[in-house]
Amino acid sequence: MGVGIEVQNLNAWYGNNHTLQDINLNIPANHATALIGPSGCGKSTFVRCLNRMHETNPIARVTGVVRIGELDIYSDAKPVEIRRRVGMVFQRPNPFPTMSIYDNVAAGLKLNGYANKRSLDEIVERSLKNSALWEEVKDDLKKKSGASLSGGQQQRLCIARALAVDPEVLLMDEPASALDPVSTSKIEDLIFQLKSQYTIVIVTHNMQQAARVAEKTGFFLNGRMVEFESTHKIFTNPSDKRTEDYITGRFG
Amino acid sequence: MSTGQFQLRSRLRGATDVAVTTLAILATVVVVTPLVAIFAYLLVKGAASLNVDFFTHVPKPPGELGGGMANAILGSGILLVLASAIGIPIGIGGGIFLAEFGRGSKLANAVRFTADVLNGVPSIVMGVAVYGLVVSQQHSFIPFSGHFSAFSGGVALGIMMIPTVCRTTEEMLLMVPHAVREAALGLGVPNWRSVLSITVRTASPGIITGCMLAFARVAGETAPLIFTALGNQFWSTSLNEPIAALPLQIWVYALSPYDDWHRLAWAGALVLIVLIVLAVSLVRFVTSRGVLKGTS
Repeated sequence: MGVGIEVQNLNAWYGNNHTLQDINLNIPANHATALIGPSGCGKSTFVRCLNRMHETNPIARVTGVVRIGELDIYSDAKPVEIRRRVGMVFQRPNPFPTMSIYDNVAAGLKLNGYANKRSLDEIVERSLKNSALWEEVKDDLKKKSGASLSGGQQQRLCIARALAVDPEVLLMDEPASALDPVSTSKIEDLIFQLKSQYTIVIVTHNMQQAARVAEKTGFFLNGRMVEFESTHKIFTNPSDKRTEDYITGRFG
Repeated sequence: MSTGQFQLRSRLRGATDVAVTTLAILATVVVVTPLVAIFAYLLVKGAASLNVDFFTHVPKPPGELGGGMANAILGSGILLVLASAIGIPIGIGGGIFLAEFGRGSKLANAVRFTADVLNGVPSIVMGVAVYGLVVSQQHSFIPFSGHFSAFSGGVALGIMMIPTVCRTTEEMLLMVPHAVREAALGLGVPNWRSVLSITVRTASPGIITGCMLAFARVAGETAPLIFTALGNQFWSTSLNEPIAALPLQIWVYALSPYDDWHRLAWAGALVLIVLIVLAVSLVRFVTSRGVLKGTS
């Protein structure tokens, strides 16, 4: 089951660049939450702060509190433990190129020392079914490389890989921006199904996409969160002028 | 633009295309010619002297006809296994440090610089250095030291392999897309595990190529062995004794005054090249079987 995310006074810097300023919000459990905003507004940085992936960049620095369920991720746990609970799907599909489809899905478990073969088979099957890829790949699981799939299939493979470690939260950083419309709609259908089991945070440039998949939407601008409301309210009756300008296409 | 101008331009474009293509083909021919020529020349000169004896007998004393280089073939094999056992793990380990754990640090820059300098050290100097470090040490903790030995030859060749293996490993690891590392870290895989199981694995075809390059290079080295392995006219498989090696034997035979030895030297050169090609192909075959088809 998914858990809620509580963010208090989150600030982030890359070197001297203050990329996130005083972010406060509560992301509800088992819902999809969309983050929109122009390029460089800090929304990708924000999701990276939710599983401490920003720490892979040595000049990044963060202050504030992030709670995933009961866990304060900056004081209670190590990054590797958090990332097992908070899965991530990236903008460009990034399957492990030298691994088979099966090994790609099993990678997170195998590399963390999980070796029970029978239950591994079950987890791989369940993850691929959850990511709506099973029917397309079930005959070539160990024969084909993850890199031999189409872009849309690769992205669903990456979702399956993230699901296999059984996270509570799934972060998606523009998961469909490199995909064609058909693959995009498959990913969106998937998000709709997955939110019964996971808390989903999706960064998107595509406002229609936010409107289609998310119950709540946050609008970021210049490192600040301007507005965080139900998606319906953001798109029909935003309370901030800047949100309205962005949504009606006056900038960005 | 008038029709005449257009036709002229398109004809010019066609001519340029033909010219550039021709140049490229010519360059390819020039690149391939020496290899083909050397191989053909060796075949002509050496193939006639190849017989079963060559692979099964040790050299005969001067003046007696016949004999072979069985001990030198085995000796080269032993030296190269030893050299690879020293050079490949150290080289790959150094490359992983340069590309992953020490990236940007002062130590990494120093290591990289040292490796590049080491790569430029003439092979005869490497032989003299190992002579000083191992062969001439009478009372030393170093095993097999104090005299000429197969061990010291393997050490000299192994050290020569390190910089090539190290730098190609680094280059290949740096070519692995950042997205692949992120994917592993995003799954909650610790960094060291991600480096060893994902990054190195993704770069492994290139790393293997680097190892093969280093292997092929030292397989033909003569100079470092003169002061270390020394050469041997008899059977020896001991790491503690001087050992024969194909390049050494070729060198000795080619400089000798006997026609029969000259013929054997040609045959030895042919065998050396064929064995290198075989070894490289074998490694490629074995390591490529695990890699899935359709991988880009």
